[in-house]
Amino acid sequence: MAVADTTTTTRARPKVDLRVLGPILALVALLVTGALLNSNFLGAANVTNVLSRSAFIGIIAVGMTFVITSGGLDLSVGSMAAFIAGLMILVMNGLLPTMGPGWPLIVVGMGAALVAGLAAGFVNGFLITNMRIEAFIVTLGTMGIYRSLVTWLADGGTLSLDFGLRGIYRPVYYDGILGVSWPIIVFALVAIAGEVVMRMTAFGRHCAAIGSNDTVARYSSVNVNRVRIMTYILLGMLVGVATIMYVPRLGSASASTGVLWELEAIAAVIIGGTMLKGGFGRVWGTVIGVLILSLIDNILNLTDGVSPYLNGAIQGVIIILAVILQREGKAEG
Amino acid sequence: MTYLKYAGATALAGLMATGAVAQDDVKVIGVSIPAATHGWAGGMNFHAQEAVDRLEEVYPQLDFVLATASDPGKQVSDIEDMVATRNIDALVVLPFESEPLTSPVQAVADSGVWVTVVDRGLSVEGIEDLYVAGDNTGFGRVSGEYMVEAMPDGGQIVALRGIPTTIDNERVAGFEAAIEGSGIEIIDMEHGNWNRDDSFTVMQDFLSKHDNIDAVWASDDDMAVGVLAAIEAAGREDVQFVLGGAGMKEMIARVAEGDTMIPADVTYPPSMIATAIELTAVGLTSSAPVSGQFVIGSVLVTQENAEDYYFPDSPF
Repeated sequence: MAVADTTTTTRARPKVDLRVLGPILALVALLVTGALLNSNFLGAANVTNVLSRSAFIGIIAVGMTFVITSGGLDLSVGSMAAFIAGLMILVMNGLLPTMGPGWPLIVVGMGAALVAGLAAGFVNGFLITNMRIEAFIVTLGTMGIYRSLVTWLADGGTLSLDFGLRGIYRPVYYDGILGVSWPIIVFALVAIAGEVVMRMTAFGRHCAAIGSNDTVARYSSVNVNRVRIMTYILLGMLVGVATIMYVPRLGSASASTGVLWELEAIAAVIIGGTMLKGGFGRVWGTVIGVLILSLIDNILNLTDGVSPYLNGAIQGVIIILAVILQREGKAEG
Repeated sequence: MTYLKYAGATALAGLMATGAVAQDDVKVIGVSIPAATHGWAGGMNFHAQEAVDRLEEVYPQLDFVLATASDPGKQVSDIEDMVATRNIDALVVLPFESEPLTSPVQAVADSGVWVTVVDRGLSVEGIEDLYVAGDNTGFGRVSGEYMVEAMPDGGQIVALRGIPTTIDNERVAGFEAAIEGSGIEIIDMEHGNWNRDDSFTVMQDFLSKHDNIDAVWASDDDMAVGVLAAIEAAGREDVQFVLGGAGMKEMIARVAEGDTMIPADVTYPPSMIATAIELTAVGLTSSAPVSGQFVIGSVLVTQENAEDYYFPDSPF
């Protein structure tokens, strides 16, 4: 990605090189492997497919980078995405008779998704900071709640967007500007904005400070609770954005929407070099992590010879390798 | 006035009659099924609830307990609770997984409770009194036979598989046996996990990888939705049709309309749970024998018979 090229490591120790290069090397290795195995791999159609489908996890993972950097965690994002998608479809179908099919209705649907994301993020953040409950427990709880709610809304089946509306909304996933589809554009904008916020703003630095030591951060007059709650709200809203890009793809949501997205997002963040325990985060690394995960799936689908039963194992090995490449020189106690 | 009196008397008599039945021999049927976590299971839940509601009207002497479980462990607890607190006379169970449910269900059967097993069999034979089974091999065979009929000159197809399970293996084996020697070649096969998003991704990659695909065996209607979206987005004209399966109402509707991309569907009816509950009720309330095996065949749905398989109220 363009962002990656302009970035140099801030802590210029010689040993740190691999930590920066690790994810990039893994990505390049995958690209070379893919290109050797299948001639269509670098074709425009395949590149567009892979980047577009990375966008959902990617947009969420950018938000997750901030949460993890500040020492938090959010397991609820996959269920949240399914719930928001269901809600968005219900809102749009419900308002269809009064507003009629057209862009105003779709904009209302998008607004609903963002508001729902903001509210869901606020609930997580509020429970974690003001109620002082572990992030793991809170988001494990909300994960179950949102998953049940979408199953309940869909009556165990599938919520489908009205067929006419789907036709109007469809270009948001499939079309774009100058051959670059909208999900890719939105993902790139979110990633660039995330990188800028993480590196250049007080908010980004406060996240890292809280993640490395929240007591010290508090003494340095950082409003710890406010920053933490903001990271969850930001993540919730990005889940809303991801949902806005997801719904036009198949025009439906069900209990199986967004299953395990939370783990993919967390894996992407960690592969990208953000520390799981907090204190250091990099958004461009997350973007590379997301691409690595999507490419593994893509390459496995494009090649024969590997039993599909082993897809998960290969993914696991590559995730661990990518993290080994960038571990710090000495083992940590 | 006389009429009112008469009505009152009848109602009273009716009440007494039901009261008497309630004290003497109300029998309880426990129904334990997996929760509605995907389309097919949602339909199955719908039909189970509908059957219970209907049968409670028909048989005042029967009482039903319906429990849905989100994992095998919860299902075992549900069944234990039914035996301990509701003293059930019969158990209708659609096992989440065969292995973990086998010994708990065996314990229930050993205590003298009638056991009806639905869809997935237990791993030890002979535990259940009645087995209402879907025919997975038959599902694959019917699908394969349709492919052979639709493509008399053979052709290249890709197949999407479900979640790696015995069910999926049996379906694929049945399909492969049916197309053998017909000139139809499966050029690629991957798991779409009975999931729309996964199958969308897999189909996109199949389309990048293969320049010519004549038809797709999506093997499931949820997967067919993803496959169709991927084909439409790629704008490929070479794919002639997509064969799903299970009988989702939206897909049955497209078959009925004569959609050329969805010319047929193969049933694997989630309403088989209703068959099982119904037969169990018959067994408990009458002298009609219902023990043994009841195999529900998979039927090919085409434009001619699609009406009969369309359930607009079901969520699936």
